[in-house]
Amino acid sequence: MKKTIFLLSLFFYGIALHGQNYPSGNSLLDKIDANMSSKTVIMTASMQVNSARATRTMTLKMWGEGDKKTFTEYLSPAREKGTKMLKLENQLWLYSPSTDRTIQISGHMLRQSVMGSDLSYEDMMNDTPMKEQYNATVTGEETIDDRKCWLVEMTAKVSDINYYSQKLWVDQERFIPLKMQQFAKSGKQLKETTLLDIKQIQGRWYPMKMIYKDMLKDGKGTEFKISEISFNQTIPANIFNKSNLK
Amino acid sequence: MKLLKLVYRNLVGNGLKTWLNVFVLSLSFVLIIFMQALLQGWDRQAMRDTVKWEIADGQYWSSKYDPFDPFMLDSAATPFPQQLNNDFETGQIEPVLILSGTIYPSGRSMSVMMKGIRPEQKLLELPTHLLKNDDDSTDIPAIIGTGMSHQSGLKENDVVTLRWRDVNGTFEAQDIRIVGVFKTFVPAVDIGQIWLPLETLQHMTLNPDKATILIKSKEVAQASIEGWNFKDVNELTKTLKETLRSKMIGQSIFYIIFLLLALLAIFDTQTLAIFNRQREIGTLVALGMTKKEVMSLFTLEGTLNAVLAVILGAIYGVPLFIYYAVNGIPMPSSSGDFGLAIADKIYPAFPPKLIIGTIVFIILITALVSYLPARKIAKMKSTDAIRGKIQ
Repeated sequence: MKKTIFLLSLFFYGIALHGQNYPSGNSLLDKIDANMSSKTVIMTASMQVNSARATRTMTLKMWGEGDKKTFTEYLSPAREKGTKMLKLENQLWLYSPSTDRTIQISGHMLRQSVMGSDLSYEDMMNDTPMKEQYNATVTGEETIDDRKCWLVEMTAKVSDINYYSQKLWVDQERFIPLKMQQFAKSGKQLKETTLLDIKQIQGRWYPMKMIYKDMLKDGKGTEFKISEISFNQTIPANIFNKSNLK
Repeated sequence: MKLLKLVYRNLVGNGLKTWLNVFVLSLSFVLIIFMQALLQGWDRQAMRDTVKWEIADGQYWSSKYDPFDPFMLDSAATPFPQQLNNDFETGQIEPVLILSGTIYPSGRSMSVMMKGIRPEQKLLELPTHLLKNDDDSTDIPAIIGTGMSHQSGLKENDVVTLRWRDVNGTFEAQDIRIVGVFKTFVPAVDIGQIWLPLETLQHMTLNPDKATILIKSKEVAQASIEGWNFKDVNELTKTLKETLRSKMIGQSIFYIIFLLLALLAIFDTQTLAIFNRQREIGTLVALGMTKKEVMSLFTLEGTLNAVLAVILGAIYGVPLFIYYAVNGIPMPSSSGDFGLAIADKIYPAFPPKLIIGTIVFIILITALVSYLPARKIAKMKSTDAIRGKIQ
């Protein structure tokens, strides 16, 4: 009996010691933010929506300033060309050239999918730092694509949030998440984001390809591929103006 | 009486031509009654089923509820009014919570309306007793209609993932088990809908004691409740009635065309008769009949076509009407997809008002059609008519 208690104590002590070697969840989130956030960003990307029946690819150009202002213009295909989206703080406007109208997306409409993708307007607009929304704890180490990762488990600390909990696999050297999973309160997995093709750009690590997947339905998900990206360039103020939509 | 005898003799003497006119007119007469009866039967069935399955004796709607705005559905959940607590306890008021969700049958997503209702309710025909979770299953029990079953491919005992958002907008997902598939002819409680136990849905979505609509029984008097608007049966079935009325108008175009063809035949026969029987007209006037009496003779002759058509129509129409009124007319199985309450069999309704109204209408319109060509007689010169001179 004494031996068993001794072994168990040793085991838990070992876990405790091991746990102490893990970085804090918040410090990891800070490092991720340092990589992913910038004063401004300009990117050209393609979004491939893989539905059960067909695959659609759209190209777009996006200008972003901090986490509050984003302007996106769709460049192709012809059907979507000229569609523009402007996000200012928590407001979103959408201009459609076919109707020549600008509409504000608000309320429950924000829950709709963006261009039929696995992303909702709300997902796209969520700019609150994760640190403010979740309690993050590093719970272990795992390897993804030969990269050693910290496994970060996050549980919501606020009630008005899309996903109750998330899991992040954060690259131990580059401090970029390689995989993210979103869960419902019941523990059912809802979405998964895989970040690939991590490149060093202007001194920061950044994923050039992201795959968003709704785990409840079949299909390959939505693939977001960045072809060009630059950080901290000056963006003229008129880009984030409503008049720029038309 | 003498005039009637003469009219009858002339008509029968016309032989096949008369019977052809009478047959065509009787066909349109039977068709008009049958089509109207079919729509009236459908109307009755749709109204009866809608009341039994969806409306009961009227509904209170949350003032924030707009069935045509699915984006605002989740915001329409309103606390149950205290003043109806007693009626709620006795089952005379049934709250229904309506919220949006998504199911994932066979790996595809499908938007649904989640409707929470008490399993012990008795106001609607829905088999909600199946929602009582008697076993130890952790899956949420749900019932769906046959239309929804067809849409989603879900059958009894199937388990499917349901995803929804709680009152704070946080995603939640859990498996539900289809504990029953009910057959209804009311798409408003079937297509795109999943019925769940009220308390479970309230708990799932963090909407305790909230409802979107309240269904009222006949035993409860209508009251004014703050934050709720009462809709009576007339108001709730307004769209259904309008749809049926528009269908009736659409259908009437067919039998109006048919009736016009029959009336055209009578008009043609009358015009020809007046042209061919000028000597007879002249002789009748010479024998002492006034032109007005001769006009009446010809008008009556035409009108009698309609009377004979009524008799002929009754001979073959009545057995046909009785057969379909008893056995019904089978409707195609997919007819419910139109969004209207259509049973798998429609029993035509033949109220006396419909039959008498149609008879009077056809006789009157035939009389008018017969009178129009007969007016020419008034302009005829009797002497020229007796000589058979074309006028």
